[in-house]
Amino acid sequence: MFKKLKKIATGFALTAGVCFTSVLAYAQTELTMYYPVAVGGPLTKIVDGIVDDFMKENPDIKVSAIYAGNYNDARIKALAALKSGQPAQLSVMFSIDIYELIEQDAIVAFDDIVSTKEDKAWLDSFYPTLMENGRTAGKTWGIPFQRSTIVMYYNKEAFREVGLDPNKPPATWDELVEVGKKLTASDGSKWGMMIPSTGYPYWMFGALTMQNNQVLMSGSGDQTYFDASGTVDALQFWKDLGSKHKVMPEGTIEWGTLRQNFLEGKTAIMWHSTGNLTTVKNKAKFDFGVAMLPANKRRGTPTGGGNFYIFKQTSEAERVAAMKLIKFMTSPERSAEWSIKTGYMGVSPAAYQTNQLKDYVVEFPYAAVARDQLDYATAELSTFQTGRIRKALDDAIQAALTGAKTPEAALQEAQSTADRLLRSYR
Amino acid sequence: MRSASPGMRHIYGWLLLTPAAILLIAFTHYPTIATFIDSFFSKSSAIRPSRFIGFSNYDAMLEDPIFWKVLFNNLWFALGTIPTSIAIAISMALLVNRSLPGQGFLRMAYFTPTILPMIAVANIWLFFYTPQIGLIDQILQGIGFSGHNWLGDPNTVLGAVIVMTVWKEAGFFMIFYLAALQHLPKELEEAAKLEGSSRWYFFWRVTFPLLMPTTLFVLINAVLNSFKLVDHLFVLTKGGPDNASNLLLYYIYENAFSYFDPNYASTLTVVLLALLAIIALLQFFLLDRRIHYR
Repeated sequence: MFKKLKKIATGFALTAGVCFTSVLAYAQTELTMYYPVAVGGPLTKIVDGIVDDFMKENPDIKVSAIYAGNYNDARIKALAALKSGQPAQLSVMFSIDIYELIEQDAIVAFDDIVSTKEDKAWLDSFYPTLMENGRTAGKTWGIPFQRSTIVMYYNKEAFREVGLDPNKPPATWDELVEVGKKLTASDGSKWGMMIPSTGYPYWMFGALTMQNNQVLMSGSGDQTYFDASGTVDALQFWKDLGSKHKVMPEGTIEWGTLRQNFLEGKTAIMWHSTGNLTTVKNKAKFDFGVAMLPANKRRGTPTGGGNFYIFKQTSEAERVAAMKLIKFMTSPERSAEWSIKTGYMGVSPAAYQTNQLKDYVVEFPYAAVARDQLDYATAELSTFQTGRIRKALDDAIQAALTGAKTPEAALQEAQSTADRLLRSYR
Repeated sequence: MRSASPGMRHIYGWLLLTPAAILLIAFTHYPTIATFIDSFFSKSSAIRPSRFIGFSNYDAMLEDPIFWKVLFNNLWFALGTIPTSIAIAISMALLVNRSLPGQGFLRMAYFTPTILPMIAVANIWLFFYTPQIGLIDQILQGIGFSGHNWLGDPNTVLGAVIVMTVWKEAGFFMIFYLAALQHLPKELEEAAKLEGSSRWYFFWRVTFPLLMPTTLFVLINAVLNSFKLVDHLFVLTKGGPDNASNLLLYYIYENAFSYFDPNYASTLTVVLLALLAIIALLQFFLLDRRIHYR
């Protein structure tokens, strides 16, 4: 019955479409693009605005950009649309969904679409660290669009109050502990620092392990390093911040309310996504700073955010049109505009060479911290069976932070879960 | 009106039932059967198509420590929410059933949490429970106690979620009790007064037994809700820390939509359906006999 209904509906849509195109009197390529917004609000207007500009420049391509909720929703909706035979040619989805999309045979590699030398050069025009999550098995599957890293926000006034230099944020783990001890009030009313451990614990943990010179997974997506000594030490340090050094509350720290904690001065330092930059800038009633995350053996942060993907079930003409759209939306000018309006990063070095973004960085230097940190960045945790493996690591982190298990035991358990899940992919 | 032949009457009857039957079959019976069948197949991907694997999904489930964890969490969650919310609902109903100044306002106040969507409630309580800046910690600090990380401590997180759920549900159940109370004959109370029975004796021996049909109805709803309500987990804890507040239905969602494993999710759903069916049958057949219907 529903198939019939759908047929009738598509019938109507087709007739309407035919009438419409015949009025325009030339062939039009129609694209449907799904996109997520992870931080809500006016971002949909910005995307719609850029898409409108694209259609003005390219009257032969008609794009319907469909806002599809958060990253999870966008993936579910796009894949459901494909399965039910509705048109969808491209989508912005979580960069770490790549292995799942490949396994579902849903996407096509950009290497199989680009033909000219110019196009191949374009693939290499983005920041290499932003491409890490989009490349595997020797091919490029995702083009960076709304991307972020983790940065350290700190309250300069709190620094001044305890006699610390507000222009010298901690640059190493030792300094972090030392500064944290000074900033923590003995009555528990103010904390030195907070690293969120709900929502996306594996993401924050990716920063700590990278600073310990240890990545969490291999580039082929079938191997994890959860029980490596660098990983265990990193988790031990995270736990020690609360239980040994007492510069951070014990237990888990809520992702969703952390920004409020920082804005109300309850914590002097927070680690959070660059996606919060514009909000913190608008809402902080005190002088604040943004710095790169501190180093232990080296500096480090994972990247995060969404990439463009092109679906496999597309015609030649649609792929050409989709490429045009992606090139437009990731062009230096548009990327600069997007970065200024949202706090996400420009995706290519050229974006930071535009006058727009150059001027903005002069006026607000913290907008460039995420970019400068890219030199030390690594890919976000992403493997085959990525949801379950992420969950195994999240559970291990929370078990260690709440004291239910030792970091070593928790991570060994997570590693054996991951080994079991990934065995058949090796 | 001419009487139709018995055959025609049957057809007429079936035609009347058709719209409801189509909806029931499409949205209830078919999905249930499909879920049951899916639970015997492996997860499909483009590279490895789904195939029949017998009871493998069930074996994996029995060995899955998270499954047992969420099952026991759900048990504690049910035990924590059901008796408390029923007791509070009865007390509130008795209170607002008497003529008090501002009675209408009081009734509305008790009912307000019910109107709010669960997601909104969870967002409010997230800020109640937040360490330091949250309402609860600010009150505690005001009277000289130190705060607590309510949602970040595996020992308190489930309790915190239970308290919020009771707050949300008690007002809803109160409405049913209030309606039942207003239908109780006044003579009983007058007779009891003449006999000189205490208030508590009257409640325990007269009012409460007469409310039993309502209690059964509320009980069934409360039990179903304790398995059905997981909206708040999306906002409050995402099942954490380390699954300390994870519930069965939320785990099903995670499997289906975060791990892309609809077949394992189906297996868990079959367990959930079986549990609910058993509980409903027990309630109807055991409890129903002991209830006095007027």
